[in-house]
Amino acid sequence: METLKKIAVPGLAIIAFLGLWELIVWVNDWPNYKMASPSDLPPAFSRYSGLFIEMGWQTLWRTVAGLGLAVIVGTLLGMAMGFSKIARDAVYPLLVGFNAIPKATLVPVIALIFIGQHDFNTVLMAFLISFFPIAVSVGIGLSTLEPEYRDILRSLGASKITIFRKIALPKTLPEFFGALKVSVTLAFIGTNLVEIVSPHGRGLGALFKSGETNGDYPLMFAVLIALAALGIVLYYAVVALERIFAGWAERPQS
Amino acid sequence: MTNLIEIKGVTHAYRTKAGPLPVLDNLNVLVPEGEFCAVVGPSGCGKSTLTRLIAGLMKPDQGEVWLHGERVTSPRKTVGMAFQNPVLLEWRTIIDNVILPLEIVAPRMPQRDRQDRAMHLLEMVGLKGFENKRPSELSGGMRQRASLCRSIVHKPDVLIMDEPFGALDAFTREDLWQTMRDLRAAEPFTCVLITHDLRESVFLGDQVIVLSGRPARTQHVLDVDLPADRTIESLYTPEATDMLHLLRDQIRLAQGRDGGAH
Repeated sequence: METLKKIAVPGLAIIAFLGLWELIVWVNDWPNYKMASPSDLPPAFSRYSGLFIEMGWQTLWRTVAGLGLAVIVGTLLGMAMGFSKIARDAVYPLLVGFNAIPKATLVPVIALIFIGQHDFNTVLMAFLISFFPIAVSVGIGLSTLEPEYRDILRSLGASKITIFRKIALPKTLPEFFGALKVSVTLAFIGTNLVEIVSPHGRGLGALFKSGETNGDYPLMFAVLIALAALGIVLYYAVVALERIFAGWAERPQS
Repeated sequence: MTNLIEIKGVTHAYRTKAGPLPVLDNLNVLVPEGEFCAVVGPSGCGKSTLTRLIAGLMKPDQGEVWLHGERVTSPRKTVGMAFQNPVLLEWRTIIDNVILPLEIVAPRMPQRDRQDRAMHLLEMVGLKGFENKRPSELSGGMRQRASLCRSIVHKPDVLIMDEPFGALDAFTREDLWQTMRDLRAAEPFTCVLITHDLRESVFLGDQVIVLSGRPARTQHVLDVDLPADRTIESLYTPEATDMLHLLRDQIRLAQGRDGGAH
């Protein structure tokens, strides 16, 4: 009953959303080249199913690779900021400034530096757009660790590495996963940005672009829906990881 | 009896924006082996600094701290610590929390033996059956009991407690005093207890040291002449009441107020 409810509630919400969309298009009597309706999507999916799988895979692995890079670099940056006040003072303004730059403006820059390296450019952008929340949250998690937590091990002569491994790292995990949930969608946006903007791209973004070039509106909307679905999958993959590694932080709801 | 802890002429100041803030001024404390030393004093007089000095977590500006005839310059494995905040690791079960110090101090000890040792202590403090629960599932008093087990699981020479019962309600606190008394009877250790509670200091202490206001000096040392097997009722005997009155007056002095302010 509980699991049925868990599936039924969001499922019904999605159906209601699609119904509303269909209704609006139907009431306004919009033609396909103005606004596609949900009923146009299945034919578009079946017509290009091979492309969807191939391009979807392209988008997926590059997003995950970029996110993986963001986790490594973001955690290292966060550790530096969490343990050293000098590092924090030095890095913070740079990070905030970099994060404030609209990443779309970086696409031509990257494309010029690494001409033709489409995979690399895409992974790089996914990384650049998504490491910031991870770095900040790990940094804050580590720097706000109550001194008593450190003292219980430090008074036994434990090394800094041991204290990090046994206390600081697990204690920061809930914050880390909170940031990872933000980062996963950001990385996804970064991947698609490069795929759409750069010429001769691959991935779902490129498929969207080709739909636009050919005036194939149902294809464009089908790509958007596929992107949304992939985004949901990635997000819940992070949620599943969170349950495994930081499930202890979840309080039973009463 | 030899002195396990010797604090000789310790002076310490914190550097703050407004200039140096002296917290300890030529402090001398001697704690014989096996004794329970309660330290009381006004708020912010430097009591917590004292615990960190004994634990070797920081070095005094002047003076020396000796433990077991060795000068303390860095942390050592023979110390146990407990704080007002039980600081249990939420991602570990209660028994794994208790085992934590053994992982550092005795890395080669078999896991089986660690668990036996932890279970033995948990049983003594009345937490049998809760060993596989998470800290968030336990009450404040139970968490503090688990924290006590963790602080003595590696059989430290010295147990340093910084207001461990300060955040508990009065009855739970009295329960924990008795737990503490029983633990000490079962496995003797030398203890330094920082507290704000004069009744606690008389119930648990062999000696009570009253520190003056900041910067702290030893203002008074009281030997508690009560039998070792004290009960809560012992606190209502005339001897105990006299001691409590004396301590109360000393605290008033330490706060820089003279008598009459009852």
